[in-house]
Amino acid sequence: MSNRYDSAITVFSPDGHLFQVEYAQEAVKKGSTAVGVRGKNIVVLGVEKKAVAKLQEDRTVRKIALLDDHVALAFAGLTADARILINRARIECQSHRLSVEDPVTVEYITQYVAKLKQRYTQSNGMRPFGLSALIMGFDNDGTPRLYQTDPSGTYHEWKANTIGRSAKTVREFLEKHYTEELQANDDECIKLTLKGLLEVVQSGAKNMEVAVMRRDKPLQMMESDEIEKYITEIEKEREEEAEKKKQKK
Amino acid sequence: MALADVCGFKLGNEHSYFGPCAEGEMGMPTLKDALRMSESFTFPCGVNLQRDINTAFTSDDSKVKIQFDHGTTTLAFKFQHGVIVAVDSRATAGPSIESQTVKKVIEINPYLLGTMAGGAADCMYWERVLASQCRVYELRNKERISVAAASKLLANIVYDYKGMGLSMGTMIVGWDKKGPALYYVDSDGERLVGHMFSVGSGSVYAYGVLDSDYRWDLTQEEAYDLGRRAIYHATHRDAYSGGVVNLYHMKETGWEKISQTDTAELHYQYKAEKEKKGKK
Repeated sequence: MSNRYDSAITVFSPDGHLFQVEYAQEAVKKGSTAVGVRGKNIVVLGVEKKAVAKLQEDRTVRKIALLDDHVALAFAGLTADARILINRARIECQSHRLSVEDPVTVEYITQYVAKLKQRYTQSNGMRPFGLSALIMGFDNDGTPRLYQTDPSGTYHEWKANTIGRSAKTVREFLEKHYTEELQANDDECIKLTLKGLLEVVQSGAKNMEVAVMRRDKPLQMMESDEIEKYITEIEKEREEEAEKKKQKK
Repeated sequence: MALADVCGFKLGNEHSYFGPCAEGEMGMPTLKDALRMSESFTFPCGVNLQRDINTAFTSDDSKVKIQFDHGTTTLAFKFQHGVIVAVDSRATAGPSIESQTVKKVIEINPYLLGTMAGGAADCMYWERVLASQCRVYELRNKERISVAAASKLLANIVYDYKGMGLSMGTMIVGWDKKGPALYYVDSDGERLVGHMFSVGSGSVYAYGVLDSDYRWDLTQEEAYDLGRRAIYHATHRDAYSGGVVNLYHMKETGWEKISQTDTAELHYQYKAEKEKKGKK
């Protein structure tokens, strides 16, 4: 049957590009923003929630998925593609537990997702997955981890990263504000994630979804009033900064 | 394959002629992929091994005259300083002693040991396959494989051949992140975790000695003595065990071969000790 698909969809261009993969990356750039921040004792994922239609039920759109008790994934790009990857990753997490009697490390499952993505860039008749993923969690030895994968199948470890719409702007923001001291403070990590999201999203808890994972604790989706509390704090801090600047003048 | 070419043998559809093969990432290995093929067996179609093998080898009017080696005594136990592994070295084929110098401890890698009981070839072969799988795991995951995972790999491999006549009763011994570990794996697909096992025809005798003198807080020397003594007593009573006692100690830094003692020597040593005790 595979003879009918002899011509692969993903082929090299004369100047060495894989255009299908690059187009997939464009699809990612159109997806809603996702931000991930890794602290010493906490990892935070925040995603932009696109406005839902009046009749649509709010909570049915979930962009942060739990892969196992200790690993979570947020994505930017095609939701349907993500569903497939998330299902396969969840099965792999359990399969690993069964064969090796140990939970997966975050790197292992990231590698698995990346391998899967790469296979689809080199197979007959299949297009690449149109999504980038932020995979975060804690390894067995308690080390917090944050990885990012992209449609080409590469993955890297990050201290803080963002994918999707306006990723460049938010990443520059994160680079400016991520510090070593911030790492150790859980609240500051959460606030940094929110601040990153606020760069591209209208202020308001109903426009974001934030998930927090602490060592040896299950994934915790933040309630909207908790998010509002942090946002109020952030806005207060910004006002105070502005006041100080005025006073200096 | 050279022979296939010489005979003009052509594999039409490589998938349908042969039975279970190990699946690789790239699909089923073909005959030309010798490296892959060595890690799995292919069976000709139309032979139902599970149904025929037991009657072929064990029924009285069977035409098969091969008798498998099954006699042995192996033991392993955990204690405060690690794991002790002690084995005999006799191989028998029916009533004949084929060898007194068999190595029944297989050194899988510097921190994993496997023992041999049952079919010698089966144990040796599959434990070597296990060694290569462990090495690949190490390279892929940048850390040593845990003993639990290694023993599970072996158990899952032999389960595929369940009922087809593999005979293997092995103990996988190692020291990993969780400390000293001891697993029993056999060709029925059984996999047990424990802190003391003895496998083989002489195991009943070894258990008697082990159970009466075993304590967690044995000193190193006491543990070595216990291991040797248990094997000696098994070789003394079990006709299918004998030769020398090979003793290994699994430490945090890996395994170390402690001694190789002739059971005849042990016999006179213990006899003398008994007489000394009697005179008191």
